[in-house]
Amino acid sequence: MMAETTNRAVGDRVVHKTFPPITRHTLALYCGASGDHNPMHVDIDFARKAGFPDVFAHGMLVMAYLGQALTDAVSPRNIRAFSTRFAAITQLGARLTCEGHVSELIERDGEPCMKIALVAKDDAGEAKLLGEAIVAR
Amino acid sequence: MVDQSAVGRTFTPVTASVEPGRLRYFFETIGERNPVYRDPQAARAAGYSAIPIPPTYLFCLEMMDAENPFEFLTALDIDLARVLHGEQGFVYHVPAVVGDTLTFRARVTEVTDKKNGSMTLIGVVTEVTRQDGVHIADLKRTVVVRNRKAV
Repeated sequence: MMAETTNRAVGDRVVHKTFPPITRHTLALYCGASGDHNPMHVDIDFARKAGFPDVFAHGMLVMAYLGQALTDAVSPRNIRAFSTRFAAITQLGARLTCEGHVSELIERDGEPCMKIALVAKDDAGEAKLLGEAIVAR
Repeated sequence: MVDQSAVGRTFTPVTASVEPGRLRYFFETIGERNPVYRDPQAARAAGYSAIPIPPTYLFCLEMMDAENPFEFLTALDIDLARVLHGEQGFVYHVPAVVGDTLTFRARVTEVTDKKNGSMTLIGVVTEVTRQDGVHIADLKRTVVVRNRKAV
């Protein structure tokens, strides 16, 4: 069942999910599944030529995980906006944890909403994506 | 280097259908198990007319059905190998579900130089409309171009 999104208070942790390590296979599948065929994420020769030691995850794959963690916690119907900044490259093998805390209770176009501050970080605690969602409450 | 003259540039509109098979492939890829995305009955119980798309999938649809998914890079003479995704945002007006046909219209809204010209940030906003003309969402992406040398 969806978690109830009413009666949330600022500071509540509403989103928390961990994901399996990112493999080359994940990136190959995501390349096809997302339509993002940028060779940077699947072709090590291309990545090296561009000055990177290896391929790395699509930022949008990490955002998809963050979105999944969010829709596990709130009804997708209630999400009004979702944005992220790609703070650091996500390397192969990264095991991501996605978290979100209520940062503010607001009104948006007359509708009561909450802002959720979101982060996707690796095992070492490095933030890969920093984001925000606006969710009706 | 991309400059202010790029602001306002528009690109070929992309029309994409939300197809159940490739949406399922996306869910398999990210390990999505939420019944609202996997079971049409659960989707209907949650108030959708069919399986909805997940929060980031509009970005994918635009790329999947584009004749040239990197058109805006080629049009602005940007080397794909020098581009990083800086930010991505979505504003949702109406949910999109399996069976919808969506049209994406992108335009450059901002060009900003950073770090003495060693990086250029380009903002692109994409308006998404449904087959019946309803404006369902807006996407905003910021790409970071690593320029060859600082000035």
